[in-house]
Order: sequence, then structure tokens, then C-alpha cells
Amino acid sequence: MMKRTPNRRREPLTDTMLLVTITIGIFFAMYFSAMAIWGGGFLRWQRVFDMLNDNAALIIVACGLTIVMIGGGIDISVGGVIALVVMSCVVHLNSGGSILTAALLALGIGLAFGLTQGFLISYLEIQPFIITLAGMFFARGMTTIVSVQPQKVAHEGFKALMKTKIEIPWLGYIAKKGNLIPARAEIGVVVALVIVLIVFVMLRKTKLGRGFYAIGGNANSALMLGVNVKRTRFISYVISGLLSGIAGFVFMMHTGAGNATNAAGAEMNAIASAIIGGTLLSGGVGNVIGTLFGVLTLSTINAIVTSSGLRDPWWQEITVGAMLCFFILLQSVVLSLRGKGGLKQMLPKWLTVRSKE
Amino acid sequence: MQNEIVLSMRGIGKTFPGVRALHNVDFTLRKGEVHALMGENGAGKSTLIKVLTGVYGKDAGTISIGGKEVVIRSPQDAQKAGISTVYQEITLCPNLTVAENMFIGREPGTLVAWSKRYKRAGEILSSLNIPARPRQQLGSCSLAVQQMVAIARAVDMDCKVLILDEPTSSLDDKEVEMLFTLMRDLRSRGVGIIFVTHFLEQVYAVSDRITVLRNGELVGEYEVENLPQVELVAKMMGKELQGLSDLKRDDSEERLTGTPVYAAEHLSSATGIAPFDFAIRKGEVNGFTGLLGSGRSESVRAIFGADRVGGGSVSMEGKRVHIGNPKQAMKHGIGYLPEDRKDDGIIADLSVRENIILALQVMKGFFRPLSLKEQEEFADEYIRALEIKTASSDTPIKSLSGGNQQKVILARWLLTHPKYLILDEPTRGIDVGTKTEIQRLVRKLAEEGMSVTFISSEIEEMLRTCSRLIVMRDRRIVGELRGTELSQDNVMRTIAGGDA
Repeated sequence: MMKRTPNRRREPLTDTMLLVTITIGIFFAMYFSAMAIWGGGFLRWQRVFDMLNDNAALIIVACGLTIVMIGGGIDISVGGVIALVVMSCVVHLNSGGSILTAALLALGIGLAFGLTQGFLISYLEIQPFIITLAGMFFARGMTTIVSVQPQKVAHEGFKALMKTKIEIPWLGYIAKKGNLIPARAEIGVVVALVIVLIVFVMLRKTKLGRGFYAIGGNANSALMLGVNVKRTRFISYVISGLLSGIAGFVFMMHTGAGNATNAAGAEMNAIASAIIGGTLLSGGVGNVIGTLFGVLTLSTINAIVTSSGLRDPWWQEITVGAMLCFFILLQSVVLSLRGKGGLKQMLPKWLTVRSKE
Repeated sequence: MQNEIVLSMRGIGKTFPGVRALHNVDFTLRKGEVHALMGENGAGKSTLIKVLTGVYGKDAGTISIGGKEVVIRSPQDAQKAGISTVYQEITLCPNLTVAENMFIGREPGTLVAWSKRYKRAGEILSSLNIPARPRQQLGSCSLAVQQMVAIARAVDMDCKVLILDEPTSSLDDKEVEMLFTLMRDLRSRGVGIIFVTHFLEQVYAVSDRITVLRNGELVGEYEVENLPQVELVAKMMGKELQGLSDLKRDDSEERLTGTPVYAAEHLSSATGIAPFDFAIRKGEVNGFTGLLGSGRSESVRAIFGADRVGGGSVSMEGKRVHIGNPKQAMKHGIGYLPEDRKDDGIIADLSVRENIILALQVMKGFFRPLSLKEQEEFADEYIRALEIKTASSDTPIKSLSGGNQQKVILARWLLTHPKYLILDEPTRGIDVGTKTEIQRLVRKLAEEGMSVTFISSEIEEMLRTCSRLIVMRDRRIVGELRGTELSQDNVMRTIAGGDA
């Protein structure tokens, strides 16, 4: 008989949790160093909320991409869908639509993309890259058809909604004049965080969520284990589409204007965030909390680059590129060393996987 | 307790277009027994298993479980009827935990009850003595343990019939023993186990009964004690035992004189083998033998120029030649069939035809391509001559069985009409019937005047095929046996270093 001690020994982390831990660790290390070096804005909570305010839409689409990537797929249409949603909703609002119908329109567009792409990818088994690439071009093209000219929201109710901020006094700071300036978060941030939470619970607690991991780990095995692979894959794209729709609405609440180039490259930023957050492009590994920290890490990198005086935009891109490379290298080195047991000397015991009792 | 019948298959028949895969096959599994299902490639083992698991529909016959007739139309039906299968390649998700792999896809409801899962998984694992922890990531377990987790999943699904389809092919000896312990344990719990394997010793180590199939028909069901290993082989191959030994090697000394087809003096290569002299004459079959790592493969690779040549002189039919790489060797009429056909031999995604003409094309040079018609003629000729079992010459080689892949590679070299052919472990991992066919073919080629060097890990096979054996130890030649010296005893003693 195998002996079991009553108090269970701490189990080594799974690959998913190991990568998430690394990302969160790196984020805090970066942020605290920024606080120590530049102080100022970094010392205020508002800085964190600004990062969230600016990136709420990105967080939402990155959640969708995390699901798709865990399932072993990819969705690069999300940026295009955001642009289409924003443009359509702005035009709709300016031609007398209500906020409610605009929200429904956003959800409808996202859902339509998700359903179509998901059907083509899962049931007709076409490469997800090709389908969502087509979806991206299609959405961008449609955006221009809706309106060639950039459009600004004129709807008063919506403008009020945009200005609505949630004030959090205890995270505020005392300004020079001595008055308290509370930390401010936009509604979009609340939406994004709620979505992160829902997706987190879904991935962890529901059979559907575990199905994403199973089909991403090994689709053939998942089939043999009784997972409905096609339906699970289909749903992952539907969720991603739906979240793109929501992200489009949140994006509009942040900028208040429709433009054909809105959210340009958002899909790539979302993929980069998910990867930095520990989601593997090969599927089966990932966590949405990691993705949230992936977005914050990207944003912190940009803030640090700007703070170090490199204000030209290309410096941010170069740094992000280098960091992405670094993260992927780190992940594969960690995972492969872990597989060989080569990390055992360097890491605490609970971080290592033991193959034998 | 071994008399209660759990599974009874009667008069099973299955026909594929043009092939009668199963005809009137009976199979009976009793409660608490390990029942080996044996047969050569194409005997119908896997078809029978697939009929039982609902992958194929049957054309005739009945299946009953526990006395009641059941209809199995899909793998799900089979699972519901209490039939679970664990395949050779592990069909679990390596990125999930052990517990999750045991329960995913078969729990009711929308939510996952993690604590219940872990608790139940822990109970099953410890009751079956499987050295895995519920929260451990499956990918961190050894292959054997992963296989056992798959079995644990099956057992928890309350299976009455457990099918283990070639479970041991990728396990080492210790892991095989672990698996056997688990199998014996399950047997004592009353699970009926169908054990499909190629390894004869393993059949005798765990099985109670053996059912032998041949050419889609039932040969018989036997108690293990009443069926010695040699008889089992004979039943599988459908040949009497003499069939194996009638392959008489040619000991006549006259073949061993005359100008050597190939001769080397002080040949050495970068792999560190001691320089050696070697010669082979027309129509001779000789072999390099020795333990694994003794340098037998390195020696033939040196002859073929596959490793960087260290030094020495080579002559072919009396003329000095230079062989510095495989292409030069091929130009001089030497063919080489490498040891590891997966890595060195086949090009998996190319068709049988393309694999066959490859060597000839290399010799002609790629700027003088063979026409498609020529290619097809060559391919069809050799598919017929070597009885390669393939749907057509355009079938990708990876879909062929191991034995047939080996024949394709053999055809590749025969097509170049080499004067001297080197076969490094051509019979490894292929079924007994094809093994004998290849041995026969080697003898036939030699009679037609080809010189062959044959390497095999099975001494018996070498003795049957070769008229001269070069024995190696520690990367040098330590002896040469011929004629009456060729006996298993002598070879063993020379390899071991005793006085012959």
C-alpha cells in the first residue's frame, strides 16, 4: 500500500499556475522598481487605474483570446470587430438610437462574428488563422462602409455615461493644495474586471471551461475521454466574438469616437498579453488572471519606457517586442528545464515536478 | 471464479471492400481472467477489438455481455455496456491533473466538484496501488503511470471488460512489471482483461488463456499451460515448426573463395571503432554480431561511408576505390538499410512509390527525373515481388505496418541492383511471418549472386541466415565463425570472450 500522510503535502504547481506565478512576479518586480526609480505617478493608485482605464477593452478581448488559445486556436479578428462595433454604435447613437439598442447592437455584431467564425472553424474544420484573418479584413472593410469619416458621439446620455467615474477615496492621494483627489475608474474597468472574474470561474469550475483545457491539451484524447470537441471549440469562438462586441462598447465609452483605424493591432496586443500572462499558443495552458497581469505588464513596460525619456512611440514597440521574446524564451526554458528536472536545484521543492514517488 | 462468462462473441464476421477481415470468429472472456488475443499483422485482432468497441459495425454474429445480447454501435455504447479500452498511445490530456483525466467527460451537471473529484481519485489510485497523486499534472508522470491512470479511469467506470491494446510497447521492463501487477490485481477483482500484444514472453507472464487468430479466422482458444511458446508461434503463423528450420544456410566453402566483391583493410571511422579488415564474396551472406554497442552498426556504417571515414583502403572487385560518403557507396553498388527505419529509412509523408524510387533517383541525379510511368512500373513490380501489403502505390508509407514499411525500404535498395547489400536489423519490430519472409528473401538474393551483410539482435536468426559471422566486442572484431563453428553456443562464448 502507498502510505499517505494525513496532512497532504503541497502539490507542485501545474504548468499553468507556474507560468502565471512568474508573470505576476515579474509585473510586481517591474512596478516596484518603477516606483523606486521614478516615484511620482507610479506611487499613486491612480496610475494603476489609468492603466486599467486605458486598457479595459484590451483586457476584455484578451480574456476571449485566452479562452480560444487555451483551446488551441487563435482569433485575430477581435481588433476589427471592435472597430466595427464602435463605428456602428456611434452612427446608431447619432442617428437617434438609444444606449440600450446600441449595447444590443454591439453584442449582436460580436455574436454574429463569433457564431460564423466558430461554425466555420469547428464544424467545417478550416484553419482558425485563415478564418479569423478573413474576419478581420471583413470587419475593417465593413467599418469603412458604415462610415468613411471619423464620427464623434453626439448622444447626450452616452456622453454622461462616458464621464461617469467611480471614485475610490481611500485609494486617492492628497494633492499639493491639501485636498483629497480620489482614484477614479471608468465603468469599462468594472465591466472588464467582472468579465475577468466570470471567465476565471468558468475556466476553473465548469465542465465547459475544463473542456477548453482538454481540447487544447490533446483534442484527440479529449474526444476519447468523452468531451464534445467540436461544440467546445465552437463555443470558445462564440465567447471570443461576444467579448469583442462588449470590448467594442467599452472602447467607445473610453474614446467616444468611431474611426476606421480604431483598435488597430488590438488583436496582437491581446495575443501578446495572453502570452505574457502564461497562455501557451500551443494550447492547453493558460489562466485569465495571468492575462490580466499580462495587459498590466505590457502597459507598465510602456509607462517605464516613456518615463525613461524615450518618448518616441517606436521605443515602446521595440521594448514590447523584446519583452515578448524574453517572456516566451523564459517560458519555454522554464517548462523544458522543468520537464528534465534540471530546475530542481534552483527552485524550491514545491515548484518542481517529481515524476516518481 | 474463472468460469462465469462475461463476454461472449459468436460467429463474428466483418468484410471490408475486397477483404474478408473476420469470418465466423468466436471469442469468450471469463470473469477474472487475462485473455491474450494473438495473431500476426492482418490476422484480425484489431478488427475484432474495433467491432467489440463499436468503432466498426459487424456484418454477422452476436455479442453478449453477462449473458445478455447487446448491440454496440459506437464507442459510447461499448462504454455503457461496460467495455473499456486503453490504447497503446495514451489518450489522456497531459496538461490536466491526474484526477481531472480520470473524471473529465463523464460527470453529470455543469459544474466541476473538485474536492469530490480529488477525494474519489485518491481512493481509486491508492486502492489500485497506482503511484500517482490526484493533483499531479499528468504530463509529469511516467508513461507507465499514465497508462495506469487510464486503466484507473476505466475501472472506475465500472467496466466488466478491459481491453489493453498493446499497452507495453513503449514501456521499459520495470514499468511492464508494474503494469502486470496492476493487471493481476484487477483480475483478482473479477475484471475480464483482453490483452493484445506482440511480445510472446509477456503473454506467458500474465495470461490465463490465449485465443489465436489467423487470416481473420479463429485458430483456437488455449490454456496457457497447454500451449508451449513454439507451438503458439506455429499456430500464429500457420506453419508447422519445420517451416522455420527448413531455411538451411549454405555452408559450402566454394562460395567463400574468389575475388571479394568488397574488401576493406584497416577501415575505421570517426565513431571510434578499431580499424578492421573485412571482405565479402559474391553470393555470400555474412553477419556482424555482438552485443548492443559492440560496434556492429558502426562497422557497416563505415563500409557505407555513413560516418566520416577515418582511414583504410577499400577495393571493389579487385579495384581500389574511394568511398567517403553514402552517395559514392551507392555509385559503387552498395546498398544500406539502416537500423532505425523511422529516423533513417522511411520518409513518412511520401507515398510507397516515392519511397521505393528514392535511392534510384538519387543515383541518377535529380536533374534526370524518372517519368511517372517508369516510377509506377518499378513500384508495382516490387510491391508484387515482395508482397507489400498496401492499398496502392500512392498510399503514404506511414499508413503501412512496420513489416511492410521495411519491405518498401528493401525494395528501394533492390531497385538499384546493388552488388552488395547491407541490412542492419531489418527484422526488428516486425511480425514473425514477415521476419521469415525477409530471411528467405536474403537467401534468395544471395543465390542470385548478391552479397549481403545481415545484422540482427537475434542470434538464432543470424545463424539461420548467414554463412559467416564476424563477432564484435568493445568496438573491435574478436572472432570470425564459419561452417561447423556456427552454433549458438560458440557465438555466445565468442561474444562473452571465453575461449571458443
